[in-house]
Formats: sequence, structure tokens, C-alpha cells
Amino acid sequence: MRYSYYPGCTISATGVEYGRSIDAVCAALGIELVELEDWSCCGSSAAHALDHELSLSLPARNIALAQPSGLDTLMPCPACYQRTLNADKHLREDEGWRKEMETLLGFTYNGQGRPRHLLDVLGNDLPAEAITSRVKRPLKGLRPVSYYGCMLVRPPELTGWDDPEHPVLMDRLLVALGAEPVSWSYGVDCCGASLSLNRSDVVKTLVGRLVAAAEEAGANCIVTVCGMCHINLDTRQQGTQMPIFYLTELMGLAFDLPGWEKWLRKHLINPLPLLKSLRLR
Amino acid sequence: MIETVTSFSEIIEARSGEPVRSCYFCQKCTAGCPVVHAMDYQPAQVVRLILLGRKDTLLRSTAPWLCVSCETCGTRCPNGIRLAPVMDVLKEMALQEGVAPAEKKVYALHQSFIDSIRLWGRVHELSMLMEYKLRAIDIFTDIGMGLQLIIKGKIPVLPERIKNLEQVKALYRRTGR
Repeated sequence: MRYSYYPGCTISATGVEYGRSIDAVCAALGIELVELEDWSCCGSSAAHALDHELSLSLPARNIALAQPSGLDTLMPCPACYQRTLNADKHLREDEGWRKEMETLLGFTYNGQGRPRHLLDVLGNDLPAEAITSRVKRPLKGLRPVSYYGCMLVRPPELTGWDDPEHPVLMDRLLVALGAEPVSWSYGVDCCGASLSLNRSDVVKTLVGRLVAAAEEAGANCIVTVCGMCHINLDTRQQGTQMPIFYLTELMGLAFDLPGWEKWLRKHLINPLPLLKSLRLR
Repeated sequence: MIETVTSFSEIIEARSGEPVRSCYFCQKCTAGCPVVHAMDYQPAQVVRLILLGRKDTLLRSTAPWLCVSCETCGTRCPNGIRLAPVMDVLKEMALQEGVAPAEKKVYALHQSFIDSIRLWGRVHELSMLMEYKLRAIDIFTDIGMGLQLIIKGKIPVLPERIKNLEQVKALYRRTGR
């Protein structure tokens, strides 16, 4: 299986362990990732907050770069994914704007190759045995809550996720790894990451609410597929130390891939004591 | 001759693409909003203020700046109104009309972020954060955490510049930025 790969800015910064675990897990699963040559930032929340036009044209450039390969583009970041889907919709529906972009970016839009989130690819493109057959260390005793966050599943008319209020895809993958996911009602609630630096008071409230809900559900960790959710939940807890894992880190651990411990050492909340107590390390 | 006056709500509808005039004030948007506790006007009140034509109030409101675009309101609205694009239009309008952003630090971060993309083609967190701290006049907050992240190799010191930066700059020029 081959995909065009758009890592996004987070992967070379605060999400470095996310990127490394994606590389290792995809290689183990036979998923070939071809990094998009000379990709640029999608503009994220900042572009659409200040300039609608920029929020469409920045991701359009990446769509133009991805198009010649005809491959679907795998994206680890829900914000990149959602912004790119939004631009793709405008390319499809607004002919005048599409023509302008085609001239400016030197391409002809053909709608080939869709933006895809990593979780969608891992959960829907692979047969379940592809995951279960590689598990060497079942994650017994690990009781995660699946945290999708806000941007991955919404708005539903763009993302077309299984269910915008109660997605289940991540739980399925966690079960395949031998973990024991617990259900909760906060899987698609927002953690407020875009206010993490400038209104950390708001974010501490939201993060506190999520961690309390996870504890109440009986979870011993939170699993995410978003770099912004991860850094936010890993740095803004007040008085709690709930470990936050990337799904791909747990896959690497379950597959016993080299490097998993190094990824986990990048976290501010050390998850190794939990793994030790469960005899997973 | 009949003079047609375009109401504020029609302008908002045209710019956002969202049918705000279909609102029947069930307040589901307010009920689900994760940041409502920090806003001066709740999401449903923002819609009501739009229908009342209270433009000045809205351009000075903190609500559009605190909206995190989580799209919970839009997903649940029985009338298919997404407020995230509406909040974006209100922020854009405030900037275009020279109204000082009601949440200065929120604006400072957004502006630093898009400046970083114009400089490198990708966001370089360290220089972006330095610009933000100067803009927000907030030098010392989170310094300890920042250092920890740098030590862990999670905030690269040097930026990566893309090759075809000129193309990104052309996208910025097109918007007048």
C-alpha cells in the first residue's frame, strides 16, 4: 500500500514522537509513505481565524503538489486534514476560484487522491489480521479511553466519519492490540489546544474536565491521534499525571518495534511507570 | 423607486455561507460549546445579536476570538447553522474595520503563526513563539515548559525553509497580507 505523506509542521516539532512512531508502524505494516516534496503549512486555525482566502489557498498548494501521484494523502494531524478537506471541497465546487488557483499554482485539478487521516487508513484500509498478527506484546491491563478530539470528526459533511458524536474506530484498533478500552462520553470533546498559550486558564479547565472524565470511566491513560491534543493534554494537567499516548506509540509497543521507549521519553508526563506496573516494559 | 437595504444578517449569511436567519433559538449551540464559560456573549446570543443587527457589539465581543472552531455547534444545530465560519467572518470584519481584537493575545498568536508561514513556508515554533511573546507583551509565561520541550528536542532551534517559498508568498500577496 502506498500513500502520499503530508507530515505537517507538528511532526517536526512537538509531535516528533508521533512522526517517529508513524514511520516505524507504517513500515512494519507494509504501508509505504512518500513524503510530499516541498509541502507547506496548511494555515491551521490561524489562517481561517484571520483570513478566509488564505485558509483555502494554503492547503490548495499541497493538494496541487499531491495530485500528480494520484495517491491518497495520509495526514497525521486532524487540523491539516480538516483544512485540506475544506480546500478540496472549494476546488471541487467553486469553479472561478479553482481556475485562479490552477493558474497561480500551475496545476489542473482532477480530484484524484483524497486527503485521508492516519486513523482512517489504519482502521479502514488494513484487514484486522494485519494488526492482530503483528502483536507480540498484547497490551493487557492497559485501559485507555479513545480521544478523537474535535477536528478529526467534524464538520461531518467534510470528514464523513463513522459517527460524529460516537466514533468507534480507535476502540477497535486498541482491542486488536490487546488493550481494554473503556467507554466514556468525551471522545470528541475539544481540548482547546488553539488557546493553550494565550488563554491557558480556559485550556486548563477543559483538560481538567477531560482527565477527570477519563478517571471516572476507570481509564489509566488517554489515547490520541492528534499532535495538538497530545501536547495540550501532556502539558496542561493540573495535579494529575494521566499518561497520554499516541495510538501509533501503542502499536509500536504492542508490535515490539525498536525505539518505542525513546518515543515515550519525549512526553512530559512519563508513561513508563504505568507500563512497568502492568509488566508491559 | 424602491431602495433595497441589505441587512447585517444577510451580509453575514453571504460571507459565511451559513443560514443564520433560520435560527429558532433552541440554544443547542450554547449548551455544547466548550468555551462558553469564557465568552462575553454565548453562541446563541451571538446569532441573536446578528439578527438584531448589533454589529458594533459583535465586532467588540470576545466570543469570536475565543471560539476554537471545534464545530460542535454546527454538528448539532437542527437548522444546519455552523457557527465556526460565522465567528471567522466576525473576526475578519473586526480586523478589516480597524476594531481592536477583543482578545489581544489570541490575535497575537494567530498573527505570529501566519507570519511564520510567510517567512518559512512552514511554522517554525521557536521564532513564532518569540514573535508572539513580543506582540502579547508576555515574555515569561511558560518559559520553564518551553525549555523542557527544547531539551526534549520537541522545539527545533533552526527553521526549515521550503524551496518554493515564492509561491507561498504569492498566495499571501493575493490576499493583501
